[in-house]
Amino acid sequence: MQWFNLILQGVLIGGLYAMFAAGLSLIFGVMRLVNIAHGDLIVLAAYVALMVTQTLGIDPLTSLLLVVPIMAILGYALQRGLLNFTLGQDLLPPLLVTFGLSIIIQNGLLEWFTADSRKLQAGAIEIQAFQALPDVWVGVLPLIQFAVAVTVIAGLQALFYYTPLGRAFRATSDDQAVAQLMGLDTRHVFAMAMALSLAVVAIAGVFLAVRANFDPSIGPARLIFGFEAVIIGGLGNMWGTLIGGIVLGVSQAIGAQIDPGWQVLAGHIVFLIILGLRPQGLFPKVSG
Amino acid sequence: MPEPLLDVRAIDAFYGDFQALFGVSLTVNVGEVAAVIGANGAGKSTLLKTIAGMMTPRHGNILFNGEAIGGAAAFDVLKLGIALVPEGRRLFPSLTVEENLLIGGQSRRPGPWTLDRVYQLFPVLAERRRLPAPALSGGQQQMCAIARALMANPRLLLCDEISLGLAPIVVRDIYAQLPAIVAEGLSLIVVEQDIAQALKAAARVYCLQEGRVALQGPARELTRERIAAAYFGV
Repeated sequence: MQWFNLILQGVLIGGLYAMFAAGLSLIFGVMRLVNIAHGDLIVLAAYVALMVTQTLGIDPLTSLLLVVPIMAILGYALQRGLLNFTLGQDLLPPLLVTFGLSIIIQNGLLEWFTADSRKLQAGAIEIQAFQALPDVWVGVLPLIQFAVAVTVIAGLQALFYYTPLGRAFRATSDDQAVAQLMGLDTRHVFAMAMALSLAVVAIAGVFLAVRANFDPSIGPARLIFGFEAVIIGGLGNMWGTLIGGIVLGVSQAIGAQIDPGWQVLAGHIVFLIILGLRPQGLFPKVSG
Repeated sequence: MPEPLLDVRAIDAFYGDFQALFGVSLTVNVGEVAAVIGANGAGKSTLLKTIAGMMTPRHGNILFNGEAIGGAAAFDVLKLGIALVPEGRRLFPSLTVEENLLIGGQSRRPGPWTLDRVYQLFPVLAERRRLPAPALSGGQQQMCAIARALMANPRLLLCDEISLGLAPIVVRDIYAQLPAIVAEGLSLIVVEQDIAQALKAAARVYCLQEGRVALQGPARELTRERIAAAYFGV
């Protein structure tokens, strides 16, 4: 029963990792942009939520109503104002520019908010739990977090396959030049993809900040978790990304059980094993 | 003399330092079919790409309906009413047949062409609407590419080598649909290597040779000898 509990906790935290990964996977899929600043944008979202909750006195989950649109608009502006100019045949410029962006965000947050650890207070819900089975307790917040993650993934999947915007994303991903011939302004399509990515980042950032302490330096580690979830699941497959996040979460939970110092390491080791045995990921969709 | 729908005036186009078009001029009137013929590398596709906004002419003007469009982005050119059926079809492989058509129609230009109308024109596409585009045969893919461009309700349709790689009987089927397309008031430029096909379809023919217009005139007035001379430059 202890192991069952452990795996369950791992699965639930895996939902959070899948949300780190989903935005990353989305923009790589649409515009082949590897966003090194993704983790720092998650942390930035957490700080935006901190300001919103403190200023308006609302709880973190309600603050999503503001944080999500703020981050989405920021994403649109970031893409139109900066990242679109880095896209081309060469993969290196977007990599370098987002790396620079990562450093700017970290140092900007450090200047503004200092290096102190912060946390969003969600109140009583943080410690609520219920008994699902004999000896199995499930926290309400982790469960909400997982349900939101599944909803986000399902929503992205539906948007991709059943809406005109999703169609435009897939067409642009297939062939940019012809997409423009068909009247799609790819600068706008890319900006919409980044807006969507940062909307998911906003949700991930708020849950991250409710769950644990955060400070300006923790972004890069979230980026690594996101990358690992994407690679484990297979590129271009949203449900695969969810599975990837769960695999990572369960690995970390088991690692932590063996030795508390092994939590993060166990995740990396499982990632490396999967990368070695199945470089295309568990559920690949696109090649290259 | 009617106002031409498209008036290309002495354009030069370059790929880097390589000049592909030298002072090319061409006019198309409303409801007219023009053919551009020429050997490989003569600049036919470059000419269409430049008109469609995929390339910017370095000199010269392109007037569409009296408005200068040279250098405008492809998505803006489409919104004005010029659609290109690109060489090699270039359907979106991860989209279904119907989704490809819907992308063509997403500019929401008003006009006669709807999903129903293009399915009437090419019934086989309606049967296969749910299949991924790469599952179609070559001829069906070409029909899909034409239908996709029609969905934008263009006033001018540019067709780049629609016979390329297709069996002659399939080419005949596709060309048999062109009059129905023109009947809706469209103007057409077809680029072809198949000269007989081009002469049959078009009222006016332009022959390109090494980036220059070597010969032009009404299709019925051009003799085989003159075309051969312009085509090969002998």
